[in-house]
Amino acid sequence: MVTESAPVGTPARVLIAKPGLDGHDRGAKVVARALRDAGFEVIYTGIRQTPEMIVQAAVQEDVDAVGLSILSGAHLDLLPAIVSGLRENGLGEVAVFAGGIIPREDYDALTQMGIAGIFGPGTSLKEIVDFTRQVTGAESATA
Amino acid sequence: MTNGGGMSKEDWLAKVWGPAVARNKERQDRFETTSEIEVAPVYDAGDVAGSDYDKNVGYPAQFPFTRGVQPTMYRGRLWTMRQYAGFASAEETNRRYQYLLEQGQTGLSMAFDLPTQTGYDSDAPLALGEVGKVGVPISHVEDMAIVFDGIDLARVSTSMTINATASILLAYYIAVARREGVATKDLRGTVQNDILKEYIARGTYIYPPAPSMRLITDLFDFCAAETPNWNTISISGYHMREAGCTAAQEIAFTLADAIAYVDAAIAAGLKVDDFGPQLSFFFVAQSNLLEEVAKYRAARRLWARIMVERFGSTNPRSQMLRFHTQTAGVTLTAQQPDNNVVRSTLQALAAVLGGTQSLHVNSKDEALALPSEDAVTLSLRTQQVLAYESGVTDTVDPLAGSYFVETMTDQLEQEARAYIERIDAIGGAVRAIENGFQQQEIGDAAYRFQTQVESRERTVVGVNSFATGDETPMEILRIDPEETKRQIDRLQKVRRDRDGHRAQAALERLEAIARSSDNTMPAIVDCVEAQCTTGEICDVLRGVFGMHKELLVV
Repeated sequence: MVTESAPVGTPARVLIAKPGLDGHDRGAKVVARALRDAGFEVIYTGIRQTPEMIVQAAVQEDVDAVGLSILSGAHLDLLPAIVSGLRENGLGEVAVFAGGIIPREDYDALTQMGIAGIFGPGTSLKEIVDFTRQVTGAESATA
Repeated sequence: MTNGGGMSKEDWLAKVWGPAVARNKERQDRFETTSEIEVAPVYDAGDVAGSDYDKNVGYPAQFPFTRGVQPTMYRGRLWTMRQYAGFASAEETNRRYQYLLEQGQTGLSMAFDLPTQTGYDSDAPLALGEVGKVGVPISHVEDMAIVFDGIDLARVSTSMTINATASILLAYYIAVARREGVATKDLRGTVQNDILKEYIARGTYIYPPAPSMRLITDLFDFCAAETPNWNTISISGYHMREAGCTAAQEIAFTLADAIAYVDAAIAAGLKVDDFGPQLSFFFVAQSNLLEEVAKYRAARRLWARIMVERFGSTNPRSQMLRFHTQTAGVTLTAQQPDNNVVRSTLQALAAVLGGTQSLHVNSKDEALALPSEDAVTLSLRTQQVLAYESGVTDTVDPLAGSYFVETMTDQLEQEARAYIERIDAIGGAVRAIENGFQQQEIGDAAYRFQTQVESRERTVVGVNSFATGDETPMEILRIDPEETKRQIDRLQKVRRDRDGHRAQAALERLEAIARSSDNTMPAIVDCVEAQCTTGEICDVLRGVFGMHKELLVV
């Protein structure tokens, strides 16, 4: 895959992960490609990842942000486990964002648990790219 | 060729259309379908002159079945109205099924939760948060008995969206029927049982391709004798299209998978015209109405030709592509959700004009959650309005002979054939999946679509155009955690109270059979009758077959 415009210096690293048993990966893959085309180093885990596997991947890959895609409705059980796992492994500073089928009434609970951004259906890729630039401090990178 | 007014099409394009476009540009430089087939300003008899109508179109219920598989189509019997449902618990799901049947639904369509689909019991660590969320949890035969409590299995037809664990779920259904004294030959329904598209797009695989194909052909063989009125597979384009592919790719990838199943069954010693009549298909209904109608017609024609040309089928029933349709989940928007009713109606119309055998219409709240009872009732009413008020059901294949629809049908068949040739060149669908071919094509098309939405080359009403910024809050269905607890309590009670020796012996016998080349299906039926659980049966098979590892293609 060609990186279209690399940010100045080392590109920020983003993990895109699919927690739980959900196989819907269209959104995760499209976001992964958009972030890569915007100059990020993107690591995609594939589907059916447990919270532990995702935390381990974040540690190993030394990422700056973690994007979680979930459409199965298990977000209130799985996302907090990932956030706390990251904290326990010294990655409390890593920005975690989420997308998929997440009802609006769950946004507050997830935000309080430490999810920095939630992107529902209809979100533009630009919004996610801009958000990721902001939370990883890669604002200087231009598309 | 000369048409109205003595003017040829070339003349018309040069003298009438050309100057008009020169004065006022058209809305787009190029018009095309989802399959990137260019759409011309107008079609006429010249576009179909090269196509032999009798050979390519003909009459309903006649080879190559372009016009449909029944002689009377909806004049005789309407399509089966089948809303996909299942959630929370066996009890809640039974209540929803009873409700849908009371409202005039004519068949059931079971949605299973992800643990059931991927072979885990409701109390497994990997099931955390997933129990009852996207479908009903079925961990053992008692769950299945509750789902069908008060529903006559001899009369209802039941479609199950189940793949890696299809043998087990069909075994539960058979066990419940036997308890109620219903003969298995009277059971009508479908198991999706299409593992190849799980590797490509849907993701609920368990084992690697080779043993998975064996489980599928074991089921074909078992059902040919035991449940002759059961569709043993529903070869699905739906999920690949939802994952992003085009209409032409949907036909091609589906039929390439179908070819792989037929090849596997023949290799296992079955005869094409023995199991062929029990094959069924599943496609999406997307929003490009005329391309979709052409898609169903092209798929029917191409499958009939493949069965004859490639496999030497002589039984017309094996050559008839019978299919279920669901409207397109990906087109549902969280913004202005009422618009989804309009989208789903348009898509459902495409399915009906295309001659579907059964239909699910999505509900307006499904960009946010599983559908509420009110929303699903509106979906069923949508089907009933189409069926009883629109008039499109009164003649067979009403769009046949449309210059545009016939041209598009020909073009989609050609495009799909070209893709199938590419897959053949790789070594068939299974090899192509192992190489990531379909996954890459789907990913590319999905990304192309999204960039077109971003650039507003493609309009999504209420999202990138005509947006109002307000998301109307809607009452959505939520799963009560108490229902999950009830499922887990019952599961643990079944494990405690059953005859442990009988269950253990059944699992050991299954393991021995799995290691041999004998048919696994009878041993699985024995396991479920001994009250073994979904997770226990899959653990045995995981031990013998191993687990599939995803090929990452981004």
